[in-house]
Amino acid sequence: MLDNLQLLFVWAPVMNVQLILDGIFVGAVFALAAYGLALVWGVMNVKNLAQGDFVILGGYLAFAMHNWGIHPVFALPLVMAVMFVFGWVVYKLIIKRVIDQDMFVSLLATFGLSLLLQQVINLIFGPEVQIIDSELPVFDAFDGFVTIPSVKIVSLVMAAALAIAVVLFMKKSRTGQAIRATAQDPRAARVLGIDTDRIYAFTFSLNAAICGAAGVLVSVIWVIQPFYGIVYSVRSFAIVTAAGLGNLPAVIGMGFGLGLIEQYTGIILGAEYQVAAAVVMLLLVLIWRQLQMRRNRQVVR
Amino acid sequence: MPSNNLLLYLVLLAMSIIGPILFPAYTQQMAVLWVMVLMASTWDTLGGQMGYNSLGNITFFGAGMYISAIVQISMFYDVAAYTSAFGAIKPEFTVSQYYTGLGFGIIAGGIGAVFFSLLFGTFMFGLRGPYFAIGTLGLAVAAGQLTGTIDYIGGGSGISMPFFPGEIEFRSLFFYSLCFVLAVAAHFLLRWLYSTQFGLAINAIRDDEDKAEAMGIPTLIYKQIGWGIAAFFMGCIGAVFGNMVGFIEPVEVAFPTATFGIFMVAMALLGGKGTLWGPVLGAVLFHVVKEATWTYLLGWQWVALGLIIIVNIVYFQQGIMGWLQIKYPEKFGIVVDPSNVQNSGKAKETV
Repeated sequence: MLDNLQLLFVWAPVMNVQLILDGIFVGAVFALAAYGLALVWGVMNVKNLAQGDFVILGGYLAFAMHNWGIHPVFALPLVMAVMFVFGWVVYKLIIKRVIDQDMFVSLLATFGLSLLLQQVINLIFGPEVQIIDSELPVFDAFDGFVTIPSVKIVSLVMAAALAIAVVLFMKKSRTGQAIRATAQDPRAARVLGIDTDRIYAFTFSLNAAICGAAGVLVSVIWVIQPFYGIVYSVRSFAIVTAAGLGNLPAVIGMGFGLGLIEQYTGIILGAEYQVAAAVVMLLLVLIWRQLQMRRNRQVVR
Repeated sequence: MPSNNLLLYLVLLAMSIIGPILFPAYTQQMAVLWVMVLMASTWDTLGGQMGYNSLGNITFFGAGMYISAIVQISMFYDVAAYTSAFGAIKPEFTVSQYYTGLGFGIIAGGIGAVFFSLLFGTFMFGLRGPYFAIGTLGLAVAAGQLTGTIDYIGGGSGISMPFFPGEIEFRSLFFYSLCFVLAVAAHFLLRWLYSTQFGLAINAIRDDEDKAEAMGIPTLIYKQIGWGIAAFFMGCIGAVFGNMVGFIEPVEVAFPTATFGIFMVAMALLGGKGTLWGPVLGAVLFHVVKEATWTYLLGWQWVALGLIIIVNIVYFQQGIMGWLQIKYPEKFGIVVDPSNVQNSGKAKETV
């Protein structure tokens, strides 16, 4: 561990550039998935534990399309459309029935969904780790110490464009306004003539589409595997709990932060700690939030 | 139905003794059935009776398993040397060495798990509702991942447990009876606890934690005790299970979040959470259906399992016991107020 620290800060400080860039590239993907979770959580109070599996499903859809000869960059809108429909079906079959139930019910139902998705993907595509070769050029910098595949830059731009589009949509369009109204007060929204059931369905499908897009980006800049989904769910939960619902800049900031932390733990402690780092982050965030609460708590002794 | 209880217990006892004698080939599956009964029952202490839905009780299972392995090996050998050989060197354990090691291992596993539950409880129990569930799930995933990085206990490649000194038939019977005894002990302890003030207190926490605290119930202590009991039994059964399987490994055997970790919740919900018999019934039903259909589903069994969980939770949340309680409330000593039935369409408890 000390060797690695020395390597980073004494012998080859340029490696930090690589780590920071990689952290930002994956952080953008984390932020996308977390924003979808924050949307669903904030609007319909459903905690979607299948979030990570939506991401992986999107990745595998892009993988399948790549096998048919569609380049991932063009597959992105297609995957988003497919995932949107998929989200709508899942909403109608499952989520609709757990919305007004005890909160744990939605958590468990989506956990079941997550198991189902993992296994279906596993049966169709097999348990191997997959990666899509985007066949885009790779740039070197600092005498080859830093490599920047241009596909990562493309994916960062796509993530940013998508985030801006979603934010504009939420701010300007009628549907976006209806979603925000429903989040604030579903009953009042119903009174004013908003079909909240449709809004919920739309929100959930939008989340699925965003996750699908994140999955496409993951499949080109990183690897996908049927059982990696849970880690993305945990990351999304960590980001959303730390950033708070409806706080988009904080979600993006936390996404990048988590990406950086994971890259650094991966290099300093070893790659086997990378998943643990995401989970421990979640636990630390929960404990830290709780300590904050405890300060406000008043007990009569 | 207190008058039928003794008869019911006798029938169950007879069945559990005759079972492995009649079908010796299935003894291990029946032992796993008792493991599942224990898991579902102890999950229900928190999840059903106290309203704290933990997705991470499996942490104690794995903790017990690893602690017991360390104790069993370290009593007679050097653990690091044993694990680094990856089972290539098989040190001989004599009969007495094996049994003393196992005995101390099980006890140490249980106590170690209680220690971990107290440790985790101090910072987990401030979380409520879904945050507790997510936090405990994170705990279980982190435990599996971090255990895999410790080379002292074999890291990701696991430990092969000491070899059982004896006949293979006797081996499965021996572990069957251990699982049986632990499950029955847990059942009677919980049965007694639910009838005491402890049961009332944890039900009060489930119904309204703030009011319970305002009434002077030391909620944190009750939560710690409840989780501690669950952890003790999970630790013990983890130790037994590790020895029964013969090989332990962090992600699939010791901390299987996606299998046993979710099974116990599904079983308790299937049977009806918050009841004494619900988890038992759910576990038996779940395990029998699972074992009977598993081999015929040709790889789709895990998909079927996810479907069962979803259907169970979305369409049949009250579980079998809950459904029975609503259907025949008078059998459970629940007095139904007719005005409530007309108003809400649902039987409301007014004891």
